[in-house]
Amino acid sequence: MSVMREKLENTNESVFTAEFPSIDGAGMAKVEKSAARLAPWFDGVNATDNPAAHAHASNTSSAIAMKMHGIEPIMQIVCRDKNRLAIQADMMGAALHGIENISLLTGDDVTAGDEPETRRVFDIDSTQAINIARILTTGQYLSGRKINPAPDFYVSAVENAAAPPFEYRIERALKKYRAGAKYLQLQICYHPERLEKFCAGVAKIAPDLKLIPTIVLVKSAKPLGFMNDKVPGIDVPLDTIKRVEAAEDQAKEAYALTLELAKHALTLPAVRGLHVTDFRHDDSLDSFMYDLGQKPRN
Amino acid sequence: MLKKLLPFVEHVIKKPVWDCRMCGQCVLHSTGMTCPMTCPKTLRNGPCGGVRENGNCEVIPEMQCVWAKAYDRKVFLPLPTVWKEHFNELRPPVDMRLQGSSSWINLVTKRDQQTPAGWSTTDGSH
Repeated sequence: MSVMREKLENTNESVFTAEFPSIDGAGMAKVEKSAARLAPWFDGVNATDNPAAHAHASNTSSAIAMKMHGIEPIMQIVCRDKNRLAIQADMMGAALHGIENISLLTGDDVTAGDEPETRRVFDIDSTQAINIARILTTGQYLSGRKINPAPDFYVSAVENAAAPPFEYRIERALKKYRAGAKYLQLQICYHPERLEKFCAGVAKIAPDLKLIPTIVLVKSAKPLGFMNDKVPGIDVPLDTIKRVEAAEDQAKEAYALTLELAKHALTLPAVRGLHVTDFRHDDSLDSFMYDLGQKPRN
Repeated sequence: MLKKLLPFVEHVIKKPVWDCRMCGQCVLHSTGMTCPMTCPKTLRNGPCGGVRENGNCEVIPEMQCVWAKAYDRKVFLPLPTVWKEHFNELRPPVDMRLQGSSSWINLVTKRDQQTPAGWSTTDGSH
């Protein structure tokens, strides 16, 4: 049984997840290095699928490499690059290698990437993909063709609690839950009041659905401004950016802000952990986890 | 004859009003009279995470998100209750074979309700 499933279904412990750095050559040595950094702190780590519409080593191969290095992968599959046949193949490929955690996403648009001339696929959407993962666990493909034995996935998805249309996001979370998602990793949210509303709404209509908000470790105001300006779906309030900008020690202030957001998120209903990401070369991960009361795992 | 004529008539009516893409399996009634096929990602089950702060589309920043519009219309338009109730149903993957055919014929013949043999939805008690 995956650690994610075990902890979320059978305990009340918080789970911590992270994003595995994209793999572009440099071989297993780089994988080993990243794994060593993340292994002490995280229950599951996302194996991304061409994040931000940039090509990298594939989701399945990355997930396998992570597993080889003692990291439990949460294998993402986005709907942008693959049709329903390829998506089912990804899922079955994961099952073949004992990968249980599957996360289904729409995917950033191709215009967000470095090859914007690419054809978009979007043959199915993320909610349909969640449902298809669930269908596979009942022992059949979408066509009805039997799979014996059925794969055993622990299915999850992603939702953006901080982007419009806000009220509808809660209903959409329920829809994903009904399709088969057991937990949702939430996109970065710099509006605590929006996160509060979303979590309270989800707790009310889908009490068994678990939420894992995202926290980003930043060192200065610059990445906050970058996310606000360049990443659709992420809004960082001007006051938040100014607070860090105005500080004498930006790194210290950014850290304090992040810790505040993290602690607040952990108090919200339906929240069962945090997804922690950072911009490369951030050295505050260890202290951040200690400050959240975590201890390194073996 | 009808099979050839109807797609044309349907397109002439629905293109100017809803920017119809002739998917052949119309769900307009359940999506606040907003065509999900006009979403650049053709999402039929709700918005992606890229909706901008002003409610506009990730891909076409000057266009309102199709699903933000759909939700607004579902809430504010005097649509039949049963249509509104269908808003959150899980719509199955598009059957690409129906592209270009008349959804009116497919509705009458129930062809638009055919799904792959393995497709099923849950009542939420999975």
